[in-house]
Amino acid sequence: MMFTYYFQLGLRSLRRNPVLTALMVMAIGFGVAASMITYSVFRAVSGNPIPDKSAQLFTPQIDAWGPQQNLTGGEPADALNYTDAMALMRAHEAKRQTLLYPVQMSVMPGGDRDLPLAAKGYAVYGDFFPMFDVPFQYGGGWSTQDDAARAADVVISGRLNQKVFGGADSVGRTINLGGHEYRVVGVINHWNPHPRFYDLFDDDFFADEPDFYMPFNRALDLKMRTAGRNSCRGKLTFVTWEDYLQSNCVWVTPWVELDSATDVAHYRRFLENYAADQQRAGRFDWAPNVRLRDVMQWLDHRQVVPPESRISLMVAFGFFLICLVNTVGLLLAKFMRRAGEIGVRRALGATRQEIYAQYLIEAGTVGLAGGMLGLLFTAAGVSGVGVLFPPQIAKLARLDASLVGLTLFAAVVATVLAAFYPAWRAARVQPAWQLKSS
Amino acid sequence: MNIQIRPILIALRRHKAGTVLIALQIALTLAIVCNALFIIHQRLASLSESSGVDEHNVFVIYNQWAGNMSTQQIDAQMRADVVALRQLPGVRDASLSNGYPLQGTGWDNYVMMTPDQVKMTTDAAVYLGDEHLLDTLGTRLIAGRNFRPDEVVAMGPQEMITPPVVIVTKALADRLFPAGNALGKSFYSMGTVPTTIIGIVDDLHRQGTDKWNKPYAGQSLIWPMRLDNPYGINYIVRAKPGQLAAAMREAPKALYAQNRMRIIDAKDGIQDYAEIRHRAYDSDRGMAILMGIICVVLLAITAAGIVGLTSFWVGQRRKQIGVRRALGARQRDILTYFLTENFLISAAGVALGVVLAFAFNLWTVTRFALDRMSLDYVGVGVLVLLLLGQGAVLAPALRASRVSPVEATRSV
Repeated sequence: MMFTYYFQLGLRSLRRNPVLTALMVMAIGFGVAASMITYSVFRAVSGNPIPDKSAQLFTPQIDAWGPQQNLTGGEPADALNYTDAMALMRAHEAKRQTLLYPVQMSVMPGGDRDLPLAAKGYAVYGDFFPMFDVPFQYGGGWSTQDDAARAADVVISGRLNQKVFGGADSVGRTINLGGHEYRVVGVINHWNPHPRFYDLFDDDFFADEPDFYMPFNRALDLKMRTAGRNSCRGKLTFVTWEDYLQSNCVWVTPWVELDSATDVAHYRRFLENYAADQQRAGRFDWAPNVRLRDVMQWLDHRQVVPPESRISLMVAFGFFLICLVNTVGLLLAKFMRRAGEIGVRRALGATRQEIYAQYLIEAGTVGLAGGMLGLLFTAAGVSGVGVLFPPQIAKLARLDASLVGLTLFAAVVATVLAAFYPAWRAARVQPAWQLKSS
Repeated sequence: MNIQIRPILIALRRHKAGTVLIALQIALTLAIVCNALFIIHQRLASLSESSGVDEHNVFVIYNQWAGNMSTQQIDAQMRADVVALRQLPGVRDASLSNGYPLQGTGWDNYVMMTPDQVKMTTDAAVYLGDEHLLDTLGTRLIAGRNFRPDEVVAMGPQEMITPPVVIVTKALADRLFPAGNALGKSFYSMGTVPTTIIGIVDDLHRQGTDKWNKPYAGQSLIWPMRLDNPYGINYIVRAKPGQLAAAMREAPKALYAQNRMRIIDAKDGIQDYAEIRHRAYDSDRGMAILMGIICVVLLAITAAGIVGLTSFWVGQRRKQIGVRRALGARQRDILTYFLTENFLISAAGVALGVVLAFAFNLWTVTRFALDRMSLDYVGVGVLVLLLLGQGAVLAPALRASRVSPVEATRSV
């Protein structure tokens, strides 16, 4: 009851000093919009891409370059060479495990297409699909037996299935990729985690959904080189695929699924022992230097969140803070201008709490108005965010219900917080003193 | 003037909250504005980095191979393709390469001076191209000679061989041989055999544009090679002046006429240098724009805040101003009073702001390894805010100076 009355009083008071009110509403609107626009981008790039399993998925790293040539801070390379990658697979010390690297193939013409299509994908092991909870529209992944049989199986994206098979259930049908026939075993139902945590060795963390996944062993049989990064040290003299596989070049990303702390400790010991064995065998000339990072640690290590996003978020928060300081000052001016009125109300019996509540609610109305304006700015900003951030990141920023709610909530709460001091000052007005001076 | 400061300070003690708020707002604004200016300036500097390419006339086609082509087929097709491109009427020259300046990411090799050196001397971006690459890019040979056609060899998909001759940029030559006698000298680039510098070009940007490339800016080398990459190749084409658009239309047609088993992406398969540069510096430009908008709005809001609060003070003190005027103070004295008052508050805010500005910069330095901000930006920021404060206070101060002495006799 009182609330509605104070709310109406607040609205009336907003109209009384239109310039001052406009200043506050603009400041809050700009401040909250700047924060929300940058936050919408930050939220898109910094989220957990696989929240249910991020603590069970680990990527092992083994230093095969040595202290003279490894990365800054003694960090091992961010991917494995072929020798170490295959050794991890053979050891099979984890419940599920996969290796992966990006590959490209062409989809040959057929049907009403007279030109080939480009297709990007990954060479992976069968465990990839259950490990990463890949959702299927039709069929599923392939088995460990298929991996061993080096089968010509392929899992394709819904988009590629649409282009080639018109969206029908294509499981069991064949598709010609890069001049070879493959049997479709599964069609994926939109799966493109942002950032692409499973392949952070390559720089495009926010790339479009891959078109296909093929068996790792099949890709090796076809001597398919990585379509992504490849990093080597020392002297390179290889001239054949086999020489390349034996080189120190790193290009394979490994993942293991470990369910408990005991499993993690066990796997870590296994990595240490493996590196120690390599040292004893004379392959490594240095003490074991291994890492076992889970998804979130890996995202952090690979610095997936662009510094631009973090800095602009901080600057925008600073901006909002300044807008609030500004609001405190203006509210103070606005409230104290009405010291006479407060004096009369106090003299007529209003308690300090009532004055306090009235002014906080009045501030809330200012905040709400600022929030509405901020929402307009945020909507405009999120749609125009392509001007500020690279397209692959900008397209991830969305104005959804939660952002709308957060914008209004942040505006109102921040303004009410900003009003605590001015309202307290207003409530402390001495009725007698005010009445005397008027 | 001097005698006025003490009464101002005493008066300010009666408006502690407002004073602190204005000072705080100025401090925070200064901290953000200097850092934003610094970021803007740095980002704009990278936007205008030279590529070494004749950007008005050069475009790049990323050609992917389709089907199951052998290395020999790919090599033969590439040679036929560049000949076909060179024959187009609007084309001055065409070549092929693994990458191009400002591509975003690319191939780079460590450079060593001796065969048994383990740590690198420096790093160089690696371009693989034929004897037409220099003319196609438009980069100028300043010493030595270009490759001869017989020096250009094919490099297979899994081969890593160092050619006997190399052309380097002046930046790389000067880094390896500071005495300026690089021509004819040799070095090692991750191979067992030395490679001899036969030519030096004035400028050729690396493929990469990110932070990692900065210490090696402009350090590139060209090997006389065709890369038989089964995935694809970049055709680099230099149009005759004024014929860029026509050449970009004709080039893919000429390639498809050669062989249809290729993929040139409709969206970004063909890019001119305006687009390549635009993409390469996407995030730099975006940051500069965002910081620019924030700076302008922030300064406007701070100015508005000062106007608002000072107006309130003037309103509150009309009676006192009237008394002062009645006691003989001139309009100028009242104006000076408010200007000085604002200056004192601003000065305090600015002092705190300088500390905050460096603290924020330190955070970006330690967290993101950004550069340290020079004092110039803080200097500019301080000046801007002091002027902004004086400007903002002018209108209310003028209004105060026009308060009539008669006000002294009125209550309220």
